[in-house]
Amino acid sequence: MSENGVLCGTFFMNGDVACAEGAISAGCRFFAGYPITPATEVAERMSERLPYVGGVYVQMEDEIASMNAVLGASWTGRKAMTATSGPGFSLMMENLGLGVMLETPCVLANVQRAGPSTGLPTLVGQGDMMQARWGSHGSYEIIALVPSSPQEMFDLTITAFNLSERYRVPVLMMSDEAVGHMSEKVVIPQIAPEELVNRRRPHGGQEQYLPYKPDEDLIPPMAIVGEGYRFHVTGLTHDERGYPAMTAEAQDQLVRRLADKIRLNKKDIIRYEEVEVEDAEVIVCAYGISARIARLAVRQARAEGMRAGLLQLITVWPFAEDRIRELAQQVKAFVVPEINYGQIVLEVERCAAGKANTLLVAHMGGSVHDPQTILQAIKEAVR
Amino acid sequence: MGIKEIRIAGFGGQGVVLSGQIVGQAASIYDDGFSTLTQNYGPEARGGSCTTEVVISDEPIGYPYVQNPGVLIILSQEAYDKYRNGLSSEALMIIDPDMVKPDPSQTPAPLAIPATRMARELGRVVVANIITLGFLVAVSDIVSPEALKNSVLTSVPKGTEEFNAKAFETGYSYGLEQGKRSEVPDG
Repeated sequence: MSENGVLCGTFFMNGDVACAEGAISAGCRFFAGYPITPATEVAERMSERLPYVGGVYVQMEDEIASMNAVLGASWTGRKAMTATSGPGFSLMMENLGLGVMLETPCVLANVQRAGPSTGLPTLVGQGDMMQARWGSHGSYEIIALVPSSPQEMFDLTITAFNLSERYRVPVLMMSDEAVGHMSEKVVIPQIAPEELVNRRRPHGGQEQYLPYKPDEDLIPPMAIVGEGYRFHVTGLTHDERGYPAMTAEAQDQLVRRLADKIRLNKKDIIRYEEVEVEDAEVIVCAYGISARIARLAVRQARAEGMRAGLLQLITVWPFAEDRIRELAQQVKAFVVPEINYGQIVLEVERCAAGKANTLLVAHMGGSVHDPQTILQAIKEAVR
Repeated sequence: MGIKEIRIAGFGGQGVVLSGQIVGQAASIYDDGFSTLTQNYGPEARGGSCTTEVVISDEPIGYPYVQNPGVLIILSQEAYDKYRNGLSSEALMIIDPDMVKPDPSQTPAPLAIPATRMARELGRVVVANIITLGFLVAVSDIVSPEALKNSVLTSVPKGTEEFNAKAFETGYSYGLEQGKRSEVPDG
């Protein structure tokens, strides 16, 4: 451990713990949450660790309050996060929308279990992928990352905070029970200050500052509440001063900007990994734990002489639509294994736009795919 | 070296997951290789069935689950009944004979260590899993005994290191007496 209490070294730890350590390395100093399997270990670790780095952990009465507390903490200048699973994620949806509307940097980790409802509390699912995109009401854009290993839980939590601070938007870590409860070697480097993004601060005088007046990149600089700048937040549609503005024009200006600040920067945001796609005629498009299962299926397919590749999505939102469109020109088909009854496959199909076939390999949750079922789908797809 | 796979199964409260973590950490950190631990348990904190699996390799691990375990540590009859079939003929099974009554026709017969009884005799039944791990590295090469012992000592509560080291040695000596079996087959 380094002097300031931030961890450094090589550890054997589970994904949830790695997520918490990633947050601490990213500068997160506030956590509010309510324990829920399989995300509890994130909260547990934060409750142990935050006091050593000058942070604050609050166990809230529920997930609605947790999300609110995170937004409030962020406005005081702290980097803040919470972690939950399906039922808690549902409760957080309303205030996630508030975070989008108030352009509040924060990170929400969802360690997915199988639903709907209480479902299988201790077992894996990937059924919240569309909820991540559309779960709160209204038109908006969100950023969601999907880790597939404890190391990525660490690394991508730092990325999540950085994107959140850069774009002033809540960022979702859409993990799953398998990755959260899996333990592997995690290398925790010392993170240099310049690797961490901090929200842009007001650059004019206090008199001129308008809290929702964006810079050229559509992102407004953010003052800390109580330091003297004008401060007003409301979930109502608001003008550049932050005051309610109940007109179609104000709505148009604000809601377009909230979406466009993400849409126009998707090249900077979108991340994916490719394995043997160059000559592939079938590409398995997968994310999270399913990508690791798919990797084995792709290797087996290659060993049997099929030209298969893997596109592992690391951001699911915004969706890697340009890349899928490109690949659709080249391949016969995409195979999409997911632990739900078809969510991200709809996006792949939309982008493939009839240029390539799309095959869903659905799994209802409670365990992961048998690699053979993915291999079988690859075989069908090359036929 | 190929991939080595171990499955540890029993019920909640026996230290099943901690045992897996100690083995996984020994492989990843102290033997400087790679390992992936996955676990499976029910909603109950104690008493429900509980399984942990560790895949060990000298390369980063893609597919994280056990496909053909080379070693099994079986700590309940339920786990025995669930996992005894479909094993490769080289798989090494370790049981606690006070917890598991194996099928006499099983070949090769499982190795037995009465770890719960031995732990009680040492004075604390909670170290049964550490005794079993000592036994494990005496009868197999899944991780090195030094790595496992280091991993035990950094995984147990502060102040209990000496007692746990004694538990480890107790199981290790018992294992050496039983005779070192052939190497763990690659999975």
